[in-house]
Amino acid sequence: MAEATLPSTRALDPEATAARRRYVAGRVLVYGVLSVFALLYAIPLLVVVFNSFRDLPEIAHNGLINFPHSFSWDAWGQAWSSYCVGGGCNGIRQNFINSVELTIPATIISTAIGALNGYVLSKWKFPGSEIVFTCMLLGVFMPGQVALMPWAFILGKLHLSNSIAGLILIHCVQGISFTTLFCRNFYVNIPDDLIKAARIDGAGFWRIFWRIILPLSPPILIVTVIWQFTGIWNEFLYGVIFTSGSQQPITAALVALGTGGVNVRVYNVSSAAVLIGALPPLLVYFLGGKYFVRGLTQGAIK
Amino acid sequence: MSSLAEPRVLRVGDRSWREKLGGTVPLLVLLPSILATLLYVFIFTLWSIYISLSNSTLLPSYQFLGFKNYVDLWSSTRWIVAYQNLFIYSAIYVVGAGAIGLLLAIFIDQRIRNEAVFRTIFLYPLAVSFVVTGTVWGWLYSPDVGIQYLVRMLGWTNFNFALATHSQTALLAIMITGVWQSSGFAMALFLAGLRAVDPDIIKAAQIDGASSFRTYTRVILPTIAPIFVAVLVILLQFAIKTFDLALALTHGGPGISTTFPALVVYDLMFDRGQIGQGTAAAMMILLALAAVLIPYSLYLVWRRRRISHG
Amino acid sequence: MASLSVHNLYKNFGLVEVLKGIDLEARQGEFIALVGPSGCGKSTLLAMIAGLETVTTGEIWIGDRMVNSVPPKDRDIAMVFQSYALYPTMTVKQNMLFGMEARGVPKPQQEEAIRRVANLLQIEMLLKRKPGQLSGGQRQRVAMGRALVRDPQLFLFDEPLSNLDAKLRVEMRTEIKKLHNRVGKTTIYVTHDQVEAMTLASRIAVMHQGQVQQFDEPQAVYDRPANMFVAGFMGSPSMNFIPAQLVEDGGTTAVTVRAAAGGTAKLALHNGAGSRAAGKDVILGVRPEHLFRYHSDLKAQKPGLATLSAPVELVEPTGAETMAVMRVGDIEIVGRFDPDGAPRMGENITLGVDMAHACLFEPTTQRLI
Repeated sequence: MAEATLPSTRALDPEATAARRRYVAGRVLVYGVLSVFALLYAIPLLVVVFNSFRDLPEIAHNGLINFPHSFSWDAWGQAWSSYCVGGGCNGIRQNFINSVELTIPATIISTAIGALNGYVLSKWKFPGSEIVFTCMLLGVFMPGQVALMPWAFILGKLHLSNSIAGLILIHCVQGISFTTLFCRNFYVNIPDDLIKAARIDGAGFWRIFWRIILPLSPPILIVTVIWQFTGIWNEFLYGVIFTSGSQQPITAALVALGTGGVNVRVYNVSSAAVLIGALPPLLVYFLGGKYFVRGLTQGAIK
Repeated sequence: MSSLAEPRVLRVGDRSWREKLGGTVPLLVLLPSILATLLYVFIFTLWSIYISLSNSTLLPSYQFLGFKNYVDLWSSTRWIVAYQNLFIYSAIYVVGAGAIGLLLAIFIDQRIRNEAVFRTIFLYPLAVSFVVTGTVWGWLYSPDVGIQYLVRMLGWTNFNFALATHSQTALLAIMITGVWQSSGFAMALFLAGLRAVDPDIIKAAQIDGASSFRTYTRVILPTIAPIFVAVLVILLQFAIKTFDLALALTHGGPGISTTFPALVVYDLMFDRGQIGQGTAAAMMILLALAAVLIPYSLYLVWRRRRISHG
Repeated sequence: MASLSVHNLYKNFGLVEVLKGIDLEARQGEFIALVGPSGCGKSTLLAMIAGLETVTTGEIWIGDRMVNSVPPKDRDIAMVFQSYALYPTMTVKQNMLFGMEARGVPKPQQEEAIRRVANLLQIEMLLKRKPGQLSGGQRQRVAMGRALVRDPQLFLFDEPLSNLDAKLRVEMRTEIKKLHNRVGKTTIYVTHDQVEAMTLASRIAVMHQGQVQQFDEPQAVYDRPANMFVAGFMGSPSMNFIPAQLVEDGGTTAVTVRAAAGGTAKLALHNGAGSRAAGKDVILGVRPEHLFRYHSDLKAQKPGLATLSAPVELVEPTGAETMAVMRVGDIEIVGRFDPDGAPRMGENITLGVDMAHACLFEPTTQRLI
């Protein structure tokens, strides 16, 4: 019965209770604000998802921002194969395929080149390697508009106008700056002693790359692939200028949905089309979330 | 002590041909990229400069014209409006996205549960193209079925939110959407910075009796000052390059109320067959970017030097 | 035939001269320590011997070949790095096999080498683990194992014990010495720790500011240091340096030092330091272990004993011995004493100085007289 004789000091201490009250109020504020913002961010996505499943008359009646009161898959099918966009009425199926054909090779090639470049620039220093790196860095900041005319000329000469192959070329060349930056900043942190030990062991340039550098690379390769994939898939300017109609990647084709033309009012099909276009990078983001952020913070805060 | 033999004649720089060849492999590997970069960064820029000084209209021609294209550009209303829009937009966009990003970062840094969920929600716009965002928000701004419709349905029958369809408010619409898209990005950078602060400094401030607010304003935020600069520079860059968003949301309209320099470039080059002038506009964009990036690079160099000289 | 000889070696990095005329030689089976403070050039010298840095002028011979232009992998050397540099994504066995695979050694020989070395270093049970799963001492041994499988002419060690805690460092030091006794390969060992150099090496090269200050057997470097730098660097606590003056005293030469309370004390030089000009300024160097509490019996044991009075300012017991800081003139000196009968603080102790082991240095050049 010892407890009965001990005074309960905790409940009586005024500073402790005031502090506790402040703490709870603080928590409410934090969670409250964050939740409000979370809603603001989530709603547009939810709206699009919901609308892709609703009937058009129901949307017109209840507005875009509303819980679905109808449900059907039709809009998706239409968006895929019968939607009128970009001059034809074959849905965005071809555009989606174009994007896949564009993004996957361009991502793989530019990442591979970037990894090799990063390896050379961080482990095989030669006079002028810093200057070379800085020049490559400039490529990250170049505005696409400056390169429009020159690329148009080059693509024309190579007979690659209005083709996915042409876009692959453009994105590979322009992607090198970015991928090299990321990989080089990562490889710089691999201890030089490893390379020295390997050289004494008799390994040359390729063996070191293959057996030492590459096995250590998955973190940065994943980040680079994610960012390249997202960037190339979502790219618009070159897509809309250098290809047209059925050759366009999906992000370029989607512009026709927005404010021009007759298709504006078919909200459910447009929503489905937009989702089809936005889904691959979104999926990559949801699956590879933490790598996304890692790339951000590593690359941006150089 | 041992006795050493007479030193012989030295043969410096004497390497086997195999080693010489081996030493060039790295350079050979790098060469295509160096060439590609030279092409993309330097040759294209020079090329574009030349075209901007030529009298190209529908197709590139190479007759030198001097600065006429630039003069024409700066005397066109369209360009002036675009530039004005750029200034206004940049200011609001950078401050808005930065402030919201900072706020969210600070709140998320408060050791909350479900942090990952919140972070995922705030950051997903990064994975979405500006085109998609612009399109979707264009719908949201629609007076017939968008936000305005919703709020009116809920009772506020005089609510007006058809921002994108009125020329006075169209720019505001773009700014709101831009801030919505990029504040997650700013948040991610700030959060990384906040997490990198030495926890001992914070503990010292707590022992010194500083409140949370004071700890943030006097201790933590000053420590991450470089992050502010980085966020500022990156967001500014995005703003200067604004194209996809404006095109998808308003097509530069109504009229030219939401035109931007990048849109003017597109318009001049492809809708009006004024390649020379269009390229001149592109060069102006490049200059604006340089005006932001060169001071930033100098700042980085200055900071690095200051750190190494203690 | 020397395993290694370095002739008049110079190394510049841009305008900075890092090595200024190094001459060194290692006989077959010797253990040479390159010791010196940070920045003295010892790691650069090792890197040049390994072939990881180019030669500005001078020659490096390994065995009977001049290897200036020979790449590292062909120099028949093996190196253990301070950070061990174990390949993190490979197992211990793969780490040791890596070099042999690169050189195209046939399979059976590879297995034989692994077996031999794993047995020697007792790392058989570690073969399947990755470096991240090993303790500091185990990584050390694996790094040495990787070097041993090469069976090279020359072993290079670059401060291999610096990353270990003090206790482990002492254990590994003994292991390295035992290993050297068993394997008997010529070894060049870089360290900043003079105790490591003393205990491990058959000859020590003390380096400072890009030059070899002294190259001799450990005890010689300790007893007869070539200059004040070597004298102060080797031995801990370091040698005491006391400004003094040479005087003629009857037939013998002596030095006078300022005593604490003003006035001078005279210390006779043992065995005469030859004929010197009287009145010349010198620096007297006495190691802490050569200071004793004076009593008459001691004089018989140590003929070179001279006396000096000094007040005791600080006493630091370490258990095995007691250090005392005393004042002589303007400077403080340190002595090592037996805990029994050690000086007490504030005591004005009569010191016995063993002049037989004392050194005299020329003040301007700092060289041994």
